[in-house]
Amino acid sequence: MSNLLNYTLRIADNALILGQRMSQWCSNGPTLEEDIAMVNISLDLFGQANGFYEYASSIDGNKSADDFAFLRSEREYFNSLIVEQKNGHFGDTIVRNSLFDVYAVLFYIKLGKSKDETLAALGSKSLKEAKYHLRHSSNWLIRLGDGTEESKEKVQTSLNDIWMFTGNLFEMDELDSEMFSSGIGVNNTALKPEWDKEVNKILGKAKLTRPEDSYMQTGSKKGVHTEHLGHLLSEMQYLQRTHPDAKW
Amino acid sequence: MQNGNTKHVWEILNTVPDPEIPVISVVELGIIHDVKSINNTFLIYITPTYSGCPAIKTFQDDINSCLRKNQIENFELIIKYDPPWTTDLMNDETKEKLKKYGISPPSETVICPQCDSEKTELISEFGATACKALYKCKDCLEPFEHFKCI
Repeated sequence: MSNLLNYTLRIADNALILGQRMSQWCSNGPTLEEDIAMVNISLDLFGQANGFYEYASSIDGNKSADDFAFLRSEREYFNSLIVEQKNGHFGDTIVRNSLFDVYAVLFYIKLGKSKDETLAALGSKSLKEAKYHLRHSSNWLIRLGDGTEESKEKVQTSLNDIWMFTGNLFEMDELDSEMFSSGIGVNNTALKPEWDKEVNKILGKAKLTRPEDSYMQTGSKKGVHTEHLGHLLSEMQYLQRTHPDAKW
Repeated sequence: MQNGNTKHVWEILNTVPDPEIPVISVVELGIIHDVKSINNTFLIYITPTYSGCPAIKTFQDDINSCLRKNQIENFELIIKYDPPWTTDLMNDETKEKLKKYGISPPSETVICPQCDSEKTELISEFGATACKALYKCKDCLEPFEHFKCI
């Protein structure tokens, strides 16, 4: 598998898996407006994933975008661990998305300047949407954190629980380093100070306490995931696995 | 037979309505990047509004059938992401059409399309389509859709 293909899949997988998570809110949102909001976010993410998978497909020359989305097993996915975490209650989702959205905005700003024209175009396109998603998630986080005693306690717990998956976002393995030094990829580690600043700002407004950076989960870049990804894929891939090549 | 120049193609495209907001055309919406004529084939570059906009397929189908109806057979529709679509591509005339249709056009200050009041309040950042948000007017109390600025 070429480096560029592998790298493109990492970006696509983040969008697809978070998109699938957001689609699980369909008809389960706390209010009708929120239901619509979360499914709209899901749609944006699927659109972004499609752009990156189409590019992956053109690099690969053999597999289609759908093959990449539906016919890989868990160990062949390279999304960050944070996006596969379960939706939980509304506050859990808002915390997960806020932390990821801040990263996504910073990541896409840099990807928009990639030497690879397609990745740069897809990055700039995704950036506009990521900014809007961040506005949605961070506003809710502030509202819940600075809300009632109960909402504050709930999102503080969500934050403490998910924190160990944030370190994974800023890892650089050999592939990332190669892509970065060739001017195509993003230096994830260099995004951390800006991410810290932005996250601290939101948490400050939300009157939440930032957890300590202690043990961080890792593994996604080697295809090692938390227990939740397999369950998500089994539902998402069910139709293609049961009826191969089925078309709408 | 190839009929007409690129200007003619732009004119035809300007008659293809947005499937969700039929008062404006695909050209006015700003999704047509460029039209080129190379070796007797028109290359039409389209950019999606939002990455996941489900209307992109309808856009392509509508443009396809409209061009054929106008006897233009040799053309290719190409999806292009760069530069990304922005609401800045809509001119004032288009924005006025949106307003008359009941959709508050993209702008810094969200204005009620019913009574022109600037006293408006966000209900939800997302509406019935990816490109719109839900607002409420504090003067006339009517809820309305606002075309998001991106």
